[in-house]
Amino acid sequence: MQLTDFEKSMLDGAQGDAKARAMDLLLRYGEALGAERLVETRNVAGAFNASTPSVRHMVGDGDEEGFDRVFSGLNLDSDDVVDIPRMTVPTCQLITGIDMENHETQGVDPALAELQGKSERYLGKRGVNMMCTCTPYQVGNVPLQGEHCAWMESSAVIYCNSVLGARTNVEGKESTGAAGLTGRIPYWGLHMPENRNANRLIRLDVEVDDMSEWGVLGYFTGFEVEEDQPAFDGLTHQPDLMKLKHFGAAAASSGGVELYHMPGITPEAPTLEAAFAGAALPAPIIYGAKERKRTWERLQNATDRKLDFVMLGCPHNSIEQMSRVAELLEGRRIHPDTALWVHTPRAIRQVADRSGYTEVIERAGGVVMSDTCPSISRKLPKGVRVIATDSAKQAHYLPAITKVQGWFGSVEQCVESAVAGEWLGVVR
Amino acid sequence: MSTATDKPQVITLRGRRVVGGKARAEALVTTQTISGWGGISEKDGSVIELHHELHGQSFAGKVLVFPGAKGSSGWSAYFHMCRLNGTAPAAMLFTRMTTKIALGAVVTRVPTLTDFDADIFELIDTGDTVEVDADAGLVTITKAPG
Repeated sequence: MQLTDFEKSMLDGAQGDAKARAMDLLLRYGEALGAERLVETRNVAGAFNASTPSVRHMVGDGDEEGFDRVFSGLNLDSDDVVDIPRMTVPTCQLITGIDMENHETQGVDPALAELQGKSERYLGKRGVNMMCTCTPYQVGNVPLQGEHCAWMESSAVIYCNSVLGARTNVEGKESTGAAGLTGRIPYWGLHMPENRNANRLIRLDVEVDDMSEWGVLGYFTGFEVEEDQPAFDGLTHQPDLMKLKHFGAAAASSGGVELYHMPGITPEAPTLEAAFAGAALPAPIIYGAKERKRTWERLQNATDRKLDFVMLGCPHNSIEQMSRVAELLEGRRIHPDTALWVHTPRAIRQVADRSGYTEVIERAGGVVMSDTCPSISRKLPKGVRVIATDSAKQAHYLPAITKVQGWFGSVEQCVESAVAGEWLGVVR
Repeated sequence: MSTATDKPQVITLRGRRVVGGKARAEALVTTQTISGWGGISEKDGSVIELHHELHGQSFAGKVLVFPGAKGSSGWSAYFHMCRLNGTAPAAMLFTRMTTKIALGAVVTRVPTLTDFDADIFELIDTGDTVEVDADAGLVTITKAPG
């Protein structure tokens, strides 16, 4: 790979050991990709928190050296422990395993919650912004079109590329650590404009409007195109942030979609022809009534209708979604045998608290969670066997990770089922 | 049935080095992409994705032959943990380059190749003995009897 003089000086250790380790990793990673050079980035979103059971033995007493050991090993892939300096460029923490205010309800070991507090102070001192959400774009990190980013979190990456028109590959725990310290990431894949055109076409033969329908379309899309870049034809309704958030999260779960184009909606595709940069359109993949129904059925991984747990807010809810959940629960009570957790970024929770939504949800027997989700934390209420969720992504992952049965449906179906204590959803 | 006069069938093919090194182990082959976070257990190297054709099988110590990575960006972190737990594959051969698989292979630190001059899914079956010399870009397959 070609390095600039400044990048070479980082690699040679002239800017300190941590940046040398970071450059060494970026070099190995870039060569593995076949990249020719690095690109500057000033927007990094990664996973730095050191508070999972698996890193506990590395952290020790939770002093600075313990956290340096975790960052060196897991965020830089370095065998030596190096002092970690302040991040060079704006860097934020994505979702974590522990809600710092609800960890007792989560069933988290109090010692781990204390460790997370220490980890957050360690990272904050190094300039890592504690957004603690899978949706940094909902709480102020909104890159501009064309901006080079280094983001983890597949649902955030697909949003960043497709809806915002910024440029990022799916980065990982190690590459975001290196990017935060150096302000560099391999110039490869979606950083290069010539790689951003559509190469698959999906044609809708059914209406897609409700958020759950966008989730199902996304889930279908991921299975059909895997890592490819689809453009869509025949959209019947204008989506919004919430719907594309769900659509993208699903497409990045059943497949590896990192970029899609919706003509007239997403910024790099004013028209269908523009999405393909003038190339001939490929034969369309049809999403009709049959495909829609089959995908809905594929998302149901449950047989028992007695419901133990309802999970809302994957990816983390917007304020509009918090408002909608509160509206559905106003004056009602969820079934005593069913738990309801609603997940939203802490910054949005503050608005929900102030608007009275949190109180309505809690009075109904629900819990508003931030900083985490059950798939990341692997924490569910005790004894849960059957869950329901309004998220295709969570319906995909949670049964695999926690061995529960999972139902998928709309937010309305989920809330009604939480009140009834049994799954009321039907696949239409 | 194998007899003393039968020589095992040996096939060689070439690929591009992703991560250097050498390894020799039994192959585990799938034509389906693999999720890291949410798709494997870092404790025993087994595939946990519900509808995956390798569900319940472990790649620990095997030459993993697969199209590549899918799903969460926790891919590299989970394969990284497999290395730390001693449950990583012995080597990886894959066909579809992505940042997830590239970074994952780098931090798993096992010999890894891609861009082959032949179809690895045609030539390699689960149970074959596969020698990977990633520095030389060479794969040597000894077919399992039967």
